[in-house]
Amino acid sequence: MLENHAKLMRFFSEAKQVTGRKKLQKMVYILQSFGIPFEEKFQFHFYGPYSEELTLRIEELCNLGFINEEKEVKSNYFQYHYSLTNDGTQFLNQFSVHMPNCSGSIELLQGKSSRFLELVSTMLYFKDLSKDEVEAKVHDVKPKQKYSEEELVEAWKLIDELALKLH
Amino acid sequence: MAYKDEQLNEEKVFKDPVHRYVHVRDRVIWDLIATPEFQRLRRIKQLGTTNITFHGAEHSRFNHSLGVYEIVRRIIDNFQGRAHWNNDQRLLCMCAALLHDLGHGPFSHSFEKVFKLDHEYYTQAIILGDTVVHQILERVTPGFAQEVADVIAKTHSNKLVVSLISSQIDADRMDYLQRDAYFTGVSYGHFDMERILRVMRPIEDQVVIKSSGMHAVEDYIMSRYQMYWQVYFHPVTRSAEVILTKILHRAKHLYEMDYNFKLQPTHFLSFFLGKVSLDEYLKLDESIVHYYFQLWQEEDDKVLSDLCERFMNRRLFKYVEFNPNKQINDLMRLIQLFKQAGIDPEYYLVVDSSSDLPYDFYRPGEEEERLPIHLLMPNGALKELSRHSDIVESISGKKRTDHKLYFPKDFLYAIEDEKIIQEITEILYRKEL
Repeated sequence: MLENHAKLMRFFSEAKQVTGRKKLQKMVYILQSFGIPFEEKFQFHFYGPYSEELTLRIEELCNLGFINEEKEVKSNYFQYHYSLTNDGTQFLNQFSVHMPNCSGSIELLQGKSSRFLELVSTMLYFKDLSKDEVEAKVHDVKPKQKYSEEELVEAWKLIDELALKLH
Repeated sequence: MAYKDEQLNEEKVFKDPVHRYVHVRDRVIWDLIATPEFQRLRRIKQLGTTNITFHGAEHSRFNHSLGVYEIVRRIIDNFQGRAHWNNDQRLLCMCAALLHDLGHGPFSHSFEKVFKLDHEYYTQAIILGDTVVHQILERVTPGFAQEVADVIAKTHSNKLVVSLISSQIDADRMDYLQRDAYFTGVSYGHFDMERILRVMRPIEDQVVIKSSGMHAVEDYIMSRYQMYWQVYFHPVTRSAEVILTKILHRAKHLYEMDYNFKLQPTHFLSFFLGKVSLDEYLKLDESIVHYYFQLWQEEDDKVLSDLCERFMNRRLFKYVEFNPNKQINDLMRLIQLFKQAGIDPEYYLVVDSSSDLPYDFYRPGEEEERLPIHLLMPNGALKELSRHSDIVESISGKKRTDHKLYFPKDFLYAIEDEKIIQEITEILYRKEL
């Protein structure tokens, strides 16, 4: 009962602030891929793995006053910042939820761009394929992104690093 | 003539209450419809428990799948000769449209939540596994089954083809909104699909809407919005869904506790064990589930028999609005009181949130969260729908979430301790009773 909401609040409590909706989606997906027990269902979409359930749950948390969503107007687009509110902190204190500590991994992901996390999450989506097949699939489904060889190497490095931290 | 090009001697038609006729001319499509895996969809209702609220909602995944196929067929007819459209993709699109829901099981949403299943996994398994559907697709050309599976999984390299089947204005949604409106009998859900099909334009990696057709799309978005609140999120349907979910949880729990069922739940064993083979998955349809629920009413376990009796006889849980922020202490207290009264809150006190439901609203997809609906402006530029339409913008900004607390009101009257009844009702109804 409300456990999935509490897990997300725990995530925000550790992240302090997350900037960008796409980034938020990819961070949760990547952590889930490494066994962090988020229950949201992800599907592959135009910009990589996406969960409508996660979007709606974040909307619920904002409407309940547990998460603060700040809309920043940029030159030709909006940017959203998310953080846990005092009400959210109080709720978490009353609600026991088991979540493995992943603050180090969250910090690591926060330092990456949403474009890069789109690459990493896409690679993880095809994790059942061989390494060569994953790279071919990335170019196949994301030709417009034109990911470079260096970015792919960097992404594999991050995946290895997260595997060490989270296993 | 190659199998992929083979046409039936005469066009076949299915009478359809939404599209009037579903037209089939391709041999491949005709053969796919006749497979046992596709015919199974007749035994899976499109809207699960919604018929408990709207008694007409008995239509099946079979009806819907034919409808999606028909819409895609018509879109492709309109695309003939247009730039960016490659007619070699025609059969791929139509097969993917027809088969997109092939892996749905009975009451999919509840089953997926309780048994950690994914109907999309089974769609892939049916298309790629040892099935009649797979044999037919591979007769088209080796590797064709994988292509169809990729389109449905949205991982195919041709984004235009993917967006026909799955986007924020796709054939899937256009069919289910109209079909669900028709069978539930509500007056929402209707929009001018013919107009939308006429203003759809293929571009390199998606389908866009000619800006002159914006008002038809506004109507579609409004229908979608109304259907979500009036039909899909209906609180009575959600009550039935809550009970169904609890039945499955209870049966699984009893199995794990070595409970001795009066009749061995053979069809459920692999679900309880979390290892469901494709063969076992395909054997479970709604009639089998109802059969077990009917029998479980006679079980010695009081929780299982009560929940099944409620589900079968529409003796549903009641609900009150619930705000987890302001009422979390109330919830904790209710849990204690239910326990004191001998009512297991694990099964009889349930918070249900809108995010627990498998439906979505239109999203402008800011920050590349999700691909929005794009209008094709006269100068060739693309513009996101809500930036151009005041109606869509106002709907997109609305508060669209809610939480309800479900409980069996009839149980409260049976509590012997008057003080407990009083405190529970005071919390639930804020002294209104």
